[in-house]
Amino acid sequence: MKRIYLDHAATTPVDREVIEAMLPYFSKYYGNASSLHSFGREAYEALEKSREQVAKILNAENKEILFTSGGTESDNLALKGVAYKNRDKINTNGPHIITASIEHPAVLETCKYLEKEGFKIKYLSVDKYGIVDLDELSESITKDTFLISIMFANNEIGTVQPIEEIGKIAEENNVIFHTDAVQAIGKIPIDVKKLNVDLLSISSHKIYGPKGVGALFIRKSLNIKPIINGGGHERGLRSGTENIPGIVGLGKACELSRERLDGDIIYMKRLRDKLIKGVLEKIEESYLNGHPEKRLVNNAHFRFTAIEGESILMSLDEKGIAASTGSACSSKELQPSHVLLAIGLSPVEAHGSLRLTVGRENTEEEIDYVIETLPEVVSKLREISPLWNKI
Amino acid sequence: MSAGMYSEKVMEHFRNPRNMGEIKDADGVGRVGNPVCGDMMEIYIKVENNRIKDIKFKTFGCAAAIATSSMITELAKGKTIEEAENITRDDVAEELDGLPPIKMHCSNLAADGLREAIKDYKKRIKTK
Repeated sequence: MKRIYLDHAATTPVDREVIEAMLPYFSKYYGNASSLHSFGREAYEALEKSREQVAKILNAENKEILFTSGGTESDNLALKGVAYKNRDKINTNGPHIITASIEHPAVLETCKYLEKEGFKIKYLSVDKYGIVDLDELSESITKDTFLISIMFANNEIGTVQPIEEIGKIAEENNVIFHTDAVQAIGKIPIDVKKLNVDLLSISSHKIYGPKGVGALFIRKSLNIKPIINGGGHERGLRSGTENIPGIVGLGKACELSRERLDGDIIYMKRLRDKLIKGVLEKIEESYLNGHPEKRLVNNAHFRFTAIEGESILMSLDEKGIAASTGSACSSKELQPSHVLLAIGLSPVEAHGSLRLTVGRENTEEEIDYVIETLPEVVSKLREISPLWNKI
Repeated sequence: MSAGMYSEKVMEHFRNPRNMGEIKDADGVGRVGNPVCGDMMEIYIKVENNRIKDIKFKTFGCAAAIATSSMITELAKGKTIEEAENITRDDVAEELDGLPPIKMHCSNLAADGLREAIKDYKKRIKTK
């Protein structure tokens, strides 16, 4: 059976060119970048070349890029690194950190952890599209607030936040601004010189690079505390021998993403719009979650009345189509997605959700197949559903 | 979560559910679960000479919820009321070659649904 991968928000295949770039760094150039001999220098050169490739896609300076194990570590380092630098504020009224209710768990759970340590966190609500209220943000800032962390684009519903405006508010109030750009990178042009962003997290495996590697942009004027201590790698902010093959892969993936960005945006948007139009036209009582325009170019997020997302996902899987859902039945906690509840969906509506995220390698024919297959899957499940006839 | 979590038997029942639908003149109807939690099930039974002559289901829920519904109809069909009453959640899971642990509680409602349908049937013959 032909398989169609439509879960690029979860992860992407590694680009052939990225693999080629990485391969020599396993067994030929295997040195430790801290070693002074020629083996070490080869690794060091690769490390710094990758740093430049990552810096370029963000229009950052090389020294502002720090390598991590991925998006989750980057978010942890940004939030804890800034919070620990501001420990003296812990006994003030707060809020110390302002974030949004729809953040990725890497940010939300880190905030909850910091709350246990005594920091006070404000979780901003969002509108029905998932966009934060800028007035609420401004009003929430006090003299005790030292950090705002709001994601660039949402991993579930694809909603893109007004990052430039948030940056301005942060700047006016002299508050540090972090954004999780894991989903945005490679789909939205990002220029840290134009945005007033102080910290920005990215991950390699969302942009056709390998898993287990990411980066954190840290504005050069900003001082944070490390969360991993050891041999003092990465300017003392992230100890541990650098994952050179992974970092080389991330660098190459950034270079390719930068070169292909304009084309990627046009192509993925075309596939996404075809998919959204086809599904909404062909399936009655189907709805788009998230913002109609302010959304990632590769994200289509639907909900279907009277059926449950995991059974849609499993039925599509049987037909070779890989998707994702925010239904409780597919989560370890058996709770519907916090993002879908935050945009005001009822739990029943949230259970009926389906996320399809396209990528560079998808084709028009694949989208045609999905538009043909999904209505069959939905009507079969509705036939079994006790809720369908009654609505 | 991947399909690897489900046994082939669960997937087979999910793909081809048995006895799907409603019985218009059912002798007993059981409704369990709650759509808010993601699983809801209706079991319809037709009883003749104290035996379950026909049984059908309708289910809103995940693959496990649909497969357990389908399985209970197979297990209960032709059984006496007493035998059907004794079918447990574990029996259903076992017949399906097991369920993922997380699904044992929330989606394994079919045995409860059948018992509710039998309860409804008994109530109806009492009032007749």
